[in-house]
Amino acid sequence: MVCDVCKTNPATVFLTQIVEGKMQKVNLCESCSKEKGVTDPLSFALVDLLPGLGAEEEMEKGAAVQRCPACGFTQADFKKTGRLGCAVCYDTFAEGLGGLLKAMHRRTTHSGKVPARLKRSIEMGVRLNQLKRDLDKAVSEENYETAAQLRDQLRELEQTK
Amino acid sequence: MKIESLFSSGGEWARNDGPHHQIVISSRVRLARNLRGHPFPGWAKKNDRLQILELIKPQVEALPEMNDALSSYLQELSALEKQVLVERHLISREHAAKGSGSAVVVNKKQTLSIMINEEDHLRMQVLRPGLQLRNAFKALDKVDSTLEAKLDYAFHPQLGYLTACPTNVGTGMRASAMVHLPGLVLSEQINQVIQAINKIGLAVRGLYGEGTEAMGNLFQISNQITLGEPEEEIIAQLNKVIEKIIENEENARHILLQKKPGTLMDNIGRGFGILSHAYAMTSKEALNLLSFLKLGVDLGFFPPERQADIDDLFIVTQPAHLQSNATQQKLSPEERDALRAEIIREKLKLFPNPNTGKVVLPKPPTNETHNE
Repeated sequence: MVCDVCKTNPATVFLTQIVEGKMQKVNLCESCSKEKGVTDPLSFALVDLLPGLGAEEEMEKGAAVQRCPACGFTQADFKKTGRLGCAVCYDTFAEGLGGLLKAMHRRTTHSGKVPARLKRSIEMGVRLNQLKRDLDKAVSEENYETAAQLRDQLRELEQTK
Repeated sequence: MKIESLFSSGGEWARNDGPHHQIVISSRVRLARNLRGHPFPGWAKKNDRLQILELIKPQVEALPEMNDALSSYLQELSALEKQVLVERHLISREHAAKGSGSAVVVNKKQTLSIMINEEDHLRMQVLRPGLQLRNAFKALDKVDSTLEAKLDYAFHPQLGYLTACPTNVGTGMRASAMVHLPGLVLSEQINQVIQAINKIGLAVRGLYGEGTEAMGNLFQISNQITLGEPEEEIIAQLNKVIEKIIENEENARHILLQKKPGTLMDNIGRGFGILSHAYAMTSKEALNLLSFLKLGVDLGFFPPERQADIDDLFIVTQPAHLQSNATQQKLSPEERDALRAEIIREKLKLFPNPNTGKVVLPKPPTNETHNE
């Protein structure tokens, strides 16, 4: 078995961590384990290694799109570096990244700072989506009076955009 | 500002006077930001990187906080100068390896540093002495808000700020505190504490961040999660944990003083003896022994005014700092060890012998029965 990091030396350090009920395994050679600071398993979080390693399996799932249209980045590049090519990659590889982000952060929706200039359009987007969902629900429940009101609200909001 | 004048004075963050300064050396918050429509630095072609750099650098230099700052392209800095910046925690080791296409801007007080084209287009950080995570975040948030009006950040409605590495996506924020925990190390409770910290989703690292060894009983504790929680909550949680660690460390010191005063005095006395009389000293040995000396000041074995000398030694005995103050070109490791020992011996001449007679006990622990 070869080391997951350098992919050349034989692996001598085998690590298993269970995070959020999910098992993650990493095999390292002696020099890579030292470099990554794995000498003391207690002071070491596998998450530090995750980008290049556990990423692999997660990304396989999203194999439908192979190359980022904006920057030409591929999944193979991500496997190699654990870094993405550009902002658009997050959409290109969204399917595979979803699971990875969940494993890393537990949650997948940002709830912190929003740039001031985007605040309005993002809040509007959230409201539009909510209205659309409510409208679908009203229609499926044959609640046409509510549906008509929601439709008017939607139109109004879309015009102010 | 020239780099020589930056180096001639220590950073304000390293002045050991912030809240809880005996245990918390410094607080740091960093934000990662990228520009929309440009590949991340690691994937960008050289021309892209140069273009991004020229978009960002003037805006960073124009920040009111960066008045009279050091602003430098990485290729303008010598390997030694870069290493000094690393030892002062002003740039990362990764950034030090960069050449043309990257830059660094550091304010005069060395409390705000902005790396351009590190792993992300922008990596900005604020450093403060002692436990001041909230203040550090507020100061950095202000800088970020000024820059976002000038630069078009890559922001995703669901994922937040987009970063090269998915481990930073969302807030792009990493907050950390550097803590000095000799009590927990000596009483062999440190592994337990580290395990507990890891369990709640925080990371514990060595002196220079990811993948570095813990030396001098110094540890960096930081948030791991960046997506799904607002910045203020992440800071508040980390702050709570650090306060708990301070309490644990104070308890550990108190119990050591009561139950193993001999071991404690032996460690501090030996540290003082070796540091005062050694003629060759590696940086690792120096850090580990200086840690005991610092503990000695905290416990009242040395006069409190000697604290500044120890803080100073922690920095000036680092390899690049030694070399940059040396008159001779390119010291060999042996010459460095000799020079380091000499600087320490000189400084320690100012120290009286450890006074174990009037030991000042730290604040009595609040939950003593629990610890026993």
